[in-house]
Amino acid sequence: MRLVLERRSEHSQAMAVLSPVIAIGLTLLAGAIIFAMLGLDPLYALYIYFIDPLTSLWSLEQLVVKATPLILIGVGLAICFTANVWNIGAEGQLTMGAIFASAIPILLPAWQSPLALGSMIALGCLGGMIWAFIPAILKTRFGASEILTSLMLVYVAQLFLDWLVRGPWRDPMGFNFPQSATFQGWHLMPTFGGTVHLGSILAVVIVLVLAVMVGRTLTGFEVKVLGNAPRAGRFAGFSRSRMVILCFLLSGALAGLAGMAEVASTVGQLQPTISPGYGFTAIIVAFLGRLNPVGVLLAGFLLAISYLGGEGAQVTLGISDKIARVFQGILLFFVLACDTLILYRVRFETARAPRLAPGE
Amino acid sequence: MSGLEAVILTIITAATPLLLAALGELVSERSGVLNLGVEGMMVMGAVCGFGAAFVTGSPLLGALAAIGAGMGLALLFAVLTLTLVANQVATGLALTLLGLGLSGLIGEAFVGQPGVKLGRVSIPGLTDIPFIGRILFGQDPLVYVSLALTGAVAYVLFRTRLGLTIRAVGDNHQSAHSLGYQVIATRYACVLFGGACAGLAGGYLSLAYTPQWIENMTAGRGWIAIALVVFATWLPLRVALGAYLFGAVTIFGFYVQAMGIGIPSQFLSSLPYLVTIAALVVISGSRMLTRVNTPACLGQSFVPER
Repeated sequence: MRLVLERRSEHSQAMAVLSPVIAIGLTLLAGAIIFAMLGLDPLYALYIYFIDPLTSLWSLEQLVVKATPLILIGVGLAICFTANVWNIGAEGQLTMGAIFASAIPILLPAWQSPLALGSMIALGCLGGMIWAFIPAILKTRFGASEILTSLMLVYVAQLFLDWLVRGPWRDPMGFNFPQSATFQGWHLMPTFGGTVHLGSILAVVIVLVLAVMVGRTLTGFEVKVLGNAPRAGRFAGFSRSRMVILCFLLSGALAGLAGMAEVASTVGQLQPTISPGYGFTAIIVAFLGRLNPVGVLLAGFLLAISYLGGEGAQVTLGISDKIARVFQGILLFFVLACDTLILYRVRFETARAPRLAPGE
Repeated sequence: MSGLEAVILTIITAATPLLLAALGELVSERSGVLNLGVEGMMVMGAVCGFGAAFVTGSPLLGALAAIGAGMGLALLFAVLTLTLVANQVATGLALTLLGLGLSGLIGEAFVGQPGVKLGRVSIPGLTDIPFIGRILFGQDPLVYVSLALTGAVAYVLFRTRLGLTIRAVGDNHQSAHSLGYQVIATRYACVLFGGACAGLAGGYLSLAYTPQWIENMTAGRGWIAIALVVFATWLPLRVALGAYLFGAVTIFGFYVQAMGIGIPSQFLSSLPYLVTIAALVVISGSRMLTRVNTPACLGQSFVPER
């Protein structure tokens, strides 16, 4: 039996909507198998992992908090990937954004005003943009693969952060722990009662703005043309280099903002690890959201469940929270596999029946 | 053992995993498949190699398990990109994310456990020759495997019919298909070879380089290996040269640190990554160097016309 692909004459609209759903279904199935292999009741484990986080107010708030950086980064990456620009280094841009933003609470701890928070947001975006500009310029000037350079810069940014919190920016009153002083007052994102903070609102607004940009403006059209039909884009006079730089600056700024929002809320200080790999998980968010800003919004919540579920499963089921990353990886695989259904019909041929090709 | 001898020995052990992984990726890319999952295959090779050696006590079985793990992930990649024509870049990233996650889960039981170290070769008489004895005749077996593999890959790619087929498939899959070559089957084989090499490279890390399991112990070496292929302009002998240069850079960092010069250790640790970026810029900037050998169909999916 062999699998045969037949190109559809047009994209299947139904499959474009269904493929992420099928992928999620298949991931749950794979999850059930993994849980069974670990000796757990699969249905109970799936309930604890994927449904339980949705049943209390506290965990719903946590869900929003965890979805925020994923959505911020994911929506930027979605636009990059649509334009065929491969920014893989969002984790590094997040780190740089966090470092730049932390300069204010660490260097000017006494400056307490809404302006201080505004400056932190601006610096966070700037840090991410600077870090993203390096692979962009290396790509457009020298043709160096942006995939590799942006990824290498993740390690450099993390080592730089490590040096800062163990060296010059270590809290002098912190008993030699590798962390900065904790942030206070206007150096933290304002919250709405619980743990949901201003960053979440910003994320939703940004998603809506970018959805309009992609769907309704010339820039959005350029993104799609240069990604899907680079030759047509060139004939239309769209500049590939300009697009690479634009995409990197945009996604870098958003990743930097996500980093700033993390240190100014959940983390509350600078420490060697400030993100559980949001920059990489956001790649999955972008693809699961079918590279569409609104889709990213939904996908961000789903991936946030995978983080929360992992924590819950560790407590309730006694299994490692590392299982979250396994689920995330499997999910991306199924998403990519199911995307084939949009462009192709899949058939199984049982025997190698002699098929006469035309002209034979 | 003299100081210089020790330096050369450590450079060789730092270079060997890069060389192994890069050779596999080179073959895969020569057939037109860009597999960005090297890091994931490597880290799975590292954890499975460590685990198998830990359970059985045999480093040889560990190495075989590492190869198997790498090939398993490579098969997954091949099914997605070659059979289901998924985007190679995205699928490679998925492979890396899955490998890092899965290895963390599998390896949890092995954290802090003593590893089984792959022994060094010892040939009476030859290994005892001063200075060159240990460098030439006293390495662990995988160093020799990696060097033999370099020669074998260079020979097969450029001196045999099989190599011609691989390069034809990578340079123009439509023409190769029209001539009757099995494009998809050739690519499957090359991707699996790449997986085996990456797995073995990971196994080298957890069996010979630092015989223990640490989460994410590959630390970006898989990505550096991919960069090495570009740096080497898709030529096996230059891959070996590049791997040893990178090994030297890594070790240089350690030695400067040990000498107690006041450079922060984090800066020295970031040297290999910065050097990778610099190398990519230098090579990519020169069209003459890259154009000639870059497989023309690199990263493109192939669906046979029916």
